Amino acid sequence: MAFLSYLISGMGLGSVYAIIALGYTMVYGIAKMLNFAHGDVIMIGAYTAFYCLTVFKLSTFASIVITVVLCTVLGILIERLAYRPLRKASSLAVLITAIGVSYFLQNLAQILFGTDPKVFPELMRNSTFALFDEQLTLSFKTLLTIIVCILIMIFLIVFVNKTKTGKAMRACSQDKEAAQLMGINVDNTISITFAIGSGLAAIAAILLCITYSTFTPTLGSMPGIKAFTAAVFGGIGSIPGAFIGGLLLGIIETLTKAYLSTQLSDAIVFMVLIIVLLIKPSGLLGKRIHEKV
Amino acid sequence: MKKMCEKIFDKKHISRTISYLVVIAGFIIIQLMMNTVGIKSLFRSLLVPTCCYIVAALSLNLVVGVSGELSLGHSGFMSVGAFVGIIISGLLEPYLAINWLRLLIAMFVGGLVAGIVGLFISVPVLKLQGDYLAIVTLAFCQIIKSLLNNIYLGVANNGLHFSFIQNKVVLSNGGRMLLSGPMGATATTRIATFTAGFLLILFSLLIIYNLTYSRFGRTIMAARDNRIAAESVGIHIRNTKMLAFVISAILAGMSGALFGLNYSTLQPAKFDFNLSILILVYVVLGGLGNMTGTIFATIILYVLPELLRGLQDYRILIYSIILILIMLVTNNQNLKEKVETLIMKIKTRFLKKGSAAND
Amino acid sequence: MTKLVQYPSGAYVLERDIYSTPVLETYHLGIDFGGLSAVNNFNIIVGPTEISGLIGPNGAGKTTVFNLLTKVYQPSKGTILVNGHDTSKMTTVDVNKAGVARTFQNIRLFEKMSVVDNVKVAMNNSMHYNPLSAIFRTPKYYREEKRIHQEALELLDIFNMSDLAETEAGSLPYGAQRRLEIVRALATKPSLLLLDEPAAGMNPNETKELMETIRNIRDKFNIAIILIEHDMSLVMNICEGIAVLNYGRIIAKGTPKDIQNNPVVIEAYLGKPEQED
Repeated sequence: MAFLSYLISGMGLGSVYAIIALGYTMVYGIAKMLNFAHGDVIMIGAYTAFYCLTVFKLSTFASIVITVVLCTVLGILIERLAYRPLRKASSLAVLITAIGVSYFLQNLAQILFGTDPKVFPELMRNSTFALFDEQLTLSFKTLLTIIVCILIMIFLIVFVNKTKTGKAMRACSQDKEAAQLMGINVDNTISITFAIGSGLAAIAAILLCITYSTFTPTLGSMPGIKAFTAAVFGGIGSIPGAFIGGLLLGIIETLTKAYLSTQLSDAIVFMVLIIVLLIKPSGLLGKRIHEKV
Repeated sequence: MKKMCEKIFDKKHISRTISYLVVIAGFIIIQLMMNTVGIKSLFRSLLVPTCCYIVAALSLNLVVGVSGELSLGHSGFMSVGAFVGIIISGLLEPYLAINWLRLLIAMFVGGLVAGIVGLFISVPVLKLQGDYLAIVTLAFCQIIKSLLNNIYLGVANNGLHFSFIQNKVVLSNGGRMLLSGPMGATATTRIATFTAGFLLILFSLLIIYNLTYSRFGRTIMAARDNRIAAESVGIHIRNTKMLAFVISAILAGMSGALFGLNYSTLQPAKFDFNLSILILVYVVLGGLGNMTGTIFATIILYVLPELLRGLQDYRILIYSIILILIMLVTNNQNLKEKVETLIMKIKTRFLKKGSAAND
Repeated sequence: MTKLVQYPSGAYVLERDIYSTPVLETYHLGIDFGGLSAVNNFNIIVGPTEISGLIGPNGAGKTTVFNLLTKVYQPSKGTILVNGHDTSKMTTVDVNKAGVARTFQNIRLFEKMSVVDNVKVAMNNSMHYNPLSAIFRTPKYYREEKRIHQEALELLDIFNMSDLAETEAGSLPYGAQRRLEIVRALATKPSLLLLDEPAAGMNPNETKELMETIRNIRDKFNIAIILIEHDMSLVMNICEGIAVLNYGRIIAKGTPKDIQNNPVVIEAYLGKPEQED
């Protein structure tokens, strides 16, 4: 039973990774770039929600809406100002710029909000309910996280496959020039992708804060890198892949902490990344791309 | 003699000559200042770390600039070098009283071990390309950090004592802890000197330049410029890149050893991802593949904020803005042209002023 | 023109090459891209000093054949023999060492390096000094560098490019870049040279010059050449054997005369016969 409860809390953590990984995977699929600043959008989201709730005393719902809107705008701004001018540049240049943006956000937050950890207000009572003669207790927060994650994934799959914008996204991810010739506005499509990714980051921020309750300006960096690992694990560019990758990574991390060592859990998560990249670089559900000669 | 002069001032080698001259001149000036007017102790304390960062940046430039692969795990190699260096120096201390020789051995072994780690890491890393390669170097750096955070090592009369994850090291009388997990090294004898730092910079320049201007440098750059074409003329890409990667790791390890032996306490957390990025900023600002630029960039970006204490808090914020702007200006055709015309305008205005003054 | 004669296997080869090992043999060579067979049952034999042409409409799979021969793509079926050696376990690098060098349809030079360095990169495998002797500049380093510099300049001189030796390769005019790619390929001392549309983007004069160059290369270096080309006058003038590819399959093989008169080829590729001279 202990194993089962670790498994479920691992799925909860994994769901948060999955939501962040969805942001990475969509941006990577279309812009072919690793948006290093994605984790820091999460951090900005956490501070936004925190200030909305504590300083401005807004309702939970209003705070969530404001956080999502602000992160979305931030994502679009980052794309416009930092990434769009580099669309034709080498991937090295784009990656270094993305790291720069990540650093900028992190340090801006440190100066604006200070480095001391903030305590996130309780949005809901930590109610738990017991199953199997009280042998297995489930926390409501964990279940909520998993449900939100599944809903988001279903929404994204429908969006990408059924809507016009979704089709434009898929077209851009395969061939930007051809998409442009077919009358698709590539710049706008990429902006929309960043907007969606950043909106998801905002939701992930709130879920992270509900689960962990304290946060600092470096909140986003570790989950960010781990979520990227999850995206690679599942196969970059694939939406169900990000979901499965996120869940698996969350479970691996939780089980490692429970049965092996807390201090080495990060090392083991990164070992997973390295092994996946070496054995199946295209991930569980990804496709291999050939370079044209 | 004439031939030698020609060789030194040959257009191709002029940048190399300038690098050496800059470093030697810098060393002489600082030595003279120390012996005559004196240097503030704050500035003096920055000398060795500056040398270490210069060597780390030079060696990273070999991978990022010359070989064209983004490595985000450079601080990992530095930390391996640092802690190996500290252990070696600590072990030799009772037997070898000559500080400079102990430093030399510590740096050598630190570099060697970092190089071996680099060789191991390079096998999986170089199977990948681009963003994936970068993220895996980052992953390795994190793994190295977590491992070092869990190592406990002590030395006593009855030999070495080692434990992993939990501190189970019990030392007899007179024993010393060399590494204690997240606390790192806590009682290192400081033997690093500015002269050693200066010599290490010269040594790094020698290795990097001589390698770059050889058949190995040519193949490294060919693999960077066009992978497929390089393979088509029989260049083994992985072996080629591995050479650059391992040499870079060795130099980073040596700089780490020097760094570690400059402080009495040092924690593994010092060598985190932030440090890798900091060194990357030095490399990018100095210019990819430009060694003299890297030296200047390191000095300016490291020493200036340290001296202007007020800037400390804003240092990394300013770095990140510099990093983004440089990337945008050097990689976007429009911005590049705009900046170039601006520089031209400024130049012509200055020249006019100069000629007006002459009249 | 030399006569083509038939091997017992049925393959055609130049009369003068009949008793020597072919430089290239492929048997049932093929590759699938996700169910689509891009090249199928590709059989060809090239003699040690033959200039042969690989022609066909756009998308027929010509460049794919080159990519298979140089192992940029791993074939899904079939065998490739280079100078009689099976290449199934070889990589691009090994195939080059076995004697195959190539140029690319879209020029792939080491653009930021000088012309002479481009050539020296290709000569790298004939240089013998280790990293330590490079770092500590041993006499061997100087000896080898001097030798290779000499050799590179001599090779460039054959193509009238020695005065461009220190120019950055990326800044060369288009025609010179194409020539440099050929020089670079030759610098690996191949026994088979694959030229992918060497005349693309050239004017008639330049094409004529190129034709002479290709013949000279064969005569001077004594090697076989396969070229992919759309310029029919070039192909018909210098090729001794031609294979026509359509939809990934060879639809005709033979001398230029055979090909010109082959109704299948005319239908698939050349259009109406009176357009040809």
